[in-house]
Amino acid sequence: MDPAIRVEQVSKSFNKKPVLRDIDLTIETGQLYGLIGPSGAGKTTLVKMIVGMEKTDGGTVMVLDEKMPNLAMLQNIGYMAQSDALYTELTGEENLKFFASLYKLKKDVQKQRIAYAASLVNLTGDLKKRVAAYSGGMKRRLSLAIALIQDPKILILDEPTVGIDPELKLSIWNELLRLKNEDGKTIIVTTHVMDEAERCDFVAMVRDGRIITSGSPQELKAMYGVERFDEVFLQAGGKQS
Amino acid sequence: MRVWALIKRIFRQMLRDKRTLALMFVAPLLILTLMYFLFNGNTIDPKLGVVGMDKSLIKALQKADIVVKQYDTASVDTITEDNLDGLMRENNGDLSLILQNDDPTVARALQLKVNQTAAAVFQVKLIKQNPALAGNMTQKSMDTTYVYGNKDTVFFDVLSPILVGFFVFFFVFIISGIGLLRERTTGTLERLMSTPIRRTEVVFAYLAGYGIFAVIQTIIVVLYSIHVLDIVLVGSIFHVILINLLLALVALSLGTLLSSFAASEFQMLQFIPIAVVPQVFFAGIFPLEGMADWLQAIAKVFPMYYAGDALKAVMYKGASLGDITGDLLALVVFAALFITLNIFALKKYRTL
Repeated sequence: MDPAIRVEQVSKSFNKKPVLRDIDLTIETGQLYGLIGPSGAGKTTLVKMIVGMEKTDGGTVMVLDEKMPNLAMLQNIGYMAQSDALYTELTGEENLKFFASLYKLKKDVQKQRIAYAASLVNLTGDLKKRVAAYSGGMKRRLSLAIALIQDPKILILDEPTVGIDPELKLSIWNELLRLKNEDGKTIIVTTHVMDEAERCDFVAMVRDGRIITSGSPQELKAMYGVERFDEVFLQAGGKQS
Repeated sequence: MRVWALIKRIFRQMLRDKRTLALMFVAPLLILTLMYFLFNGNTIDPKLGVVGMDKSLIKALQKADIVVKQYDTASVDTITEDNLDGLMRENNGDLSLILQNDDPTVARALQLKVNQTAAAVFQVKLIKQNPALAGNMTQKSMDTTYVYGNKDTVFFDVLSPILVGFFVFFFVFIISGIGLLRERTTGTLERLMSTPIRRTEVVFAYLAGYGIFAVIQTIIVVLYSIHVLDIVLVGSIFHVILINLLLALVALSLGTLLSSFAASEFQMLQFIPIAVVPQVFFAGIFPLEGMADWLQAIAKVFPMYYAGDALKAVMYKGASLGDITGDLLALVVFAALFITLNIFALKKYRTL
């Protein structure tokens, strides 16, 4: 099958300071792809370029064989930003409904998707509350539910589990795996937590705007001859400098 | 349909924010009412101290609504001590007047009254001495008519059309600007840009969403000024509403445009002295003809210049739609320009 996402020779600078340099990556359909790296490595910029929200200085981004940015393609991409971008005056349900109508979902589909997404993130009981009254974790969960609302083929989640308690984090990861395995969704997750990276099918380590190493977690461990995954990161980073 | 979803959301947010609603609908009425009472206050009769003057002149001064206080001796200090507006003395038939002049308007009015009264009294005396002069000296009353307004016209009548327009402009500017700014700072605008919505759809939804509130505000302000404050309206109320609606559209598009250059609410407020206050100067409160040529040229880049001109023409002079076409056209051009710039400003987020 064709790869879901192809990034070729992409670079980007802000104020002449390079943030990404010659990034190449291929994400196969149905893969759970992890982008790991320290804060400021350029992970967010990279995923924003895949969504088409950030212009590339050079290189191309292809999503489902279409060149990005592409308005119609956004229907197939569920995006969860690093910061919770929610309307706090509105209730959780109204937030979900608003985004559902931006994707032009039909009324009955809307209802069904809202119920599904809310139950997935354990927010069903809190849907009628205003977001202003939500805790940090609840907001994070609502953001995730919004990313899932239009049943996209591709999910791009920027640090989805920050501020979420371990129990819910586990259930979200189980759900991500289920979405991948049963629904065949392609998922990109950025994280700086190593145990999460280890659950991905394929991991790319980003540092200073470059992909310093990539492969499946097992491959990487074997390559660097280490037992624990976080050592891979230390070694790969060390080799660079 | 996406535009509609956005409009619905803006509505929900506004309706839940009671204070912003109050600011938009009640604050302009409050300020207009206050201005109305400020400008319609009665003028106080000036106080004049006199030393050694004859009775007939004092009587005449009192008749001319001057409060006269007699002194045996008085100096400049008496004026400040007794808070007199002026002091009049007679010295060997020569009259002298000392004015306090802490308020030039009061001083000038008093001077005029005293001069007129003294002249009249002097005339009467002359006639008494020489009745033959009476024939050519009897005053003929002058017949005065007015092109605009009437003898009861006060400054507020001329000022109020401009005020109505300005408050519509100001409150729409602030609320729409901060509305879109909040969407930027909370990241929801960026989040919107990851959905298949077009930039034009965002701009038009904002114009429509806040526009509806602006329409309601405009109608309330206009109806209140005309029916409650009884502001002079010679022309058609529909023309007044039309001008204000166009002005609101300009304010709306300018507010959202400038909000893209502000990083916070604080920075948005910094646009008020730059983009809003000068509008008042060029709205026609101060006569433009007397300004330097370069100032007159600057005035023409301010939307309030056209709106003020049109509002004054319709409300005070009773102009028809044909008379204000130029002004309306200018407002349309401003709105179109700002809306286009808005769509470009959103390019910062996404090129599509």
